[in-house]
Amino acid sequence: MKWLQSPLLRALRAPESMEQFSVQDWDLAVRQARSAGLLARLGLSARERGARIHLPAGAEKHFTALDCIVARQHNAVRWEVHQIARALASTNAPVVLLKGAAYAASDAPAAAGRTFNDIDILVPKERLSDVEHALYVHGWLVESDSAYDERYYRRWMHELPPMVHLHRRTTLDVHHNLLPETARIQTRPDLLIADAVPLPQWRNVYVPSPVDQILHSACHLFHEGEWGHGLRDLFDLHLLLTAFGRRGGSGADLVQRAEQLNLTMPLSYAIRCAVAVFATPLPEGTQALLAGRMGKRWMDGVFLRALSTAHPTLRATGAGWAESALYVRSHWLRMPLQLLLPHLAHQAFSNKQKAADKE
Amino acid sequence: MRVGELSDEALRAALRIGLVIETGPFRFRIISQTEEVFRGLRRLYPDFRLSDEGFADYTVQVDRVPGVRSVWRPQVTFKFDGYEPFMPLPADHAYALLEWGMNWCIGGQAHHYLLIHAAVLERNGRAIVLPGDPGAGKSTLTAALALSGYRLLSDEMALIDRDDGKLVGLARPVNLKNDSIDIVRRFSPEAVFGEAAKDTHKGTVAHLKPPTASVQAVATRAIPAFIVYPRWAADAGCELRPRPKADAFMHTATHAFNYEVLGSTGFDLVADLVDRCECHDFRYARLPDAIALFDSLTQ
Repeated sequence: MKWLQSPLLRALRAPESMEQFSVQDWDLAVRQARSAGLLARLGLSARERGARIHLPAGAEKHFTALDCIVARQHNAVRWEVHQIARALASTNAPVVLLKGAAYAASDAPAAAGRTFNDIDILVPKERLSDVEHALYVHGWLVESDSAYDERYYRRWMHELPPMVHLHRRTTLDVHHNLLPETARIQTRPDLLIADAVPLPQWRNVYVPSPVDQILHSACHLFHEGEWGHGLRDLFDLHLLLTAFGRRGGSGADLVQRAEQLNLTMPLSYAIRCAVAVFATPLPEGTQALLAGRMGKRWMDGVFLRALSTAHPTLRATGAGWAESALYVRSHWLRMPLQLLLPHLAHQAFSNKQKAADKE
Repeated sequence: MRVGELSDEALRAALRIGLVIETGPFRFRIISQTEEVFRGLRRLYPDFRLSDEGFADYTVQVDRVPGVRSVWRPQVTFKFDGYEPFMPLPADHAYALLEWGMNWCIGGQAHHYLLIHAAVLERNGRAIVLPGDPGAGKSTLTAALALSGYRLLSDEMALIDRDDGKLVGLARPVNLKNDSIDIVRRFSPEAVFGEAAKDTHKGTVAHLKPPTASVQAVATRAIPAFIVYPRWAADAGCELRPRPKADAFMHTATHAFNYEVLGSTGFDLVADLVDRCECHDFRYARLPDAIALFDSLTQ
């Protein structure tokens, strides 16, 4: 696919290719990176190469502007985690930070240049009502659009409706599972919590083990219907996999753990897409162990097309079609048909209603 | 090369693929097939330089929304690399939408500057920062000062460079609303306006062409000397009253677009700005009196 040869993708896949960038390449790379939520990371990678690259006049300012946002967000995430730990201290429930918050709080390689929209945490399901109550007491309120949404989340989803803090207006997603209760795949959040690594700064705050961070990230990306941050999330996976291999993690550990958590399918998609897009170096033996149960090969083309929606100049032919196909797929994976059809009908009707209200 | 040197056809052709203009430190690539944007740039931007370097800071597009509705109710939308931050507007608001969109780009991204919601003018090397609450008459005063020989740096946004603490100019058109448009027309027969956009969320809006000298001198940074909070009132005289610096600090910090993003740098920049400046509240009723007072301030 042609979009894989665009400046942003070349820069992320092989940073040394930036040494040959023309002014036009930089112009496109900055625009594509900004849309994809990868501008700060492009900036870090470009400046690491120092004098070997030639930035056009004015380009560096965009990187330093993003540095400010990243610094501010990382600071805010640490403060927010501090507040969550304090709010939940009385419950004694373990709190596992997920995704961006986990990378930032543990200073993982995937944290550098990562930007956030909200904070995700995982708690044991049996502690969920204690946790929600403690958060409520400390100012986090559920803000759902409608009674239907609230019921839908509470009955079928793997998380509470988003909670927003009364004063700071920060959004917190409280998960009790990695996938919805009704999903076709059932995973084992208890195993992920059992293996989580404690963070020394706080009591009862954890991040998933390195291998579980990879698996959760893959599970999240390849089950979701929203591909707005797809390329950024796949780049997270690229960084996580690279770091895992570099620290001596083996393919056997990764695949075995995927089997335990019942996440081999999303792992194989993640690995194939990461290799296709970022030429990710894989831990020793991964591909051989996954051979034979690699999921449907033709699906790769659909995922790659959906990833190309990160910027108008990247869009592959059929990208829009791929996006809607994955939206339907995400619901298909999320719940059985007898639940899915009424839900989609409700969404279609309420979206129409919202559009009419806006007019 | 400046926008004014392009023929009509050349300007239209450039707008189809992307016209890159320099406004102070920013290069905007503007894409539009609408006549409103073409006429707005033709009239208000002749003195702005074109850039041929290939790298633009922000690529923006204002174009018609396709679809059947365009037959009876044509609309335009603003796109920033495919992202649409605003709801579409009626087609004849295209030029105003472009100006708002350009402000949105700077306000949301240009964190290499401290960005304050204020107008900036300069005379004799001394810059005046005019923060304005809506309805305070900031833009009217800005237009009148610009038409009285003051150098216009900016009407909506004061940019302070993080490295040297100086004010950086944009010299873009001044956005005037409702009655202000006629007041400024009456104030100076030399005022050149773009087409008015009626019934926007801010009422009727028209843009005043920035003075040629201001556009030509846009690269010269200015040293902040005054922060003046204007307030127009029909029964006011023309009086300047010192405002306590702590108060000016709080006001400036809360009216900065990116004070929080910049963290401690933001604090230092605001503190430094307020430290350097004389801070005043200013009440006025008549523009000529106001100009005379600013003349004596910036002697």
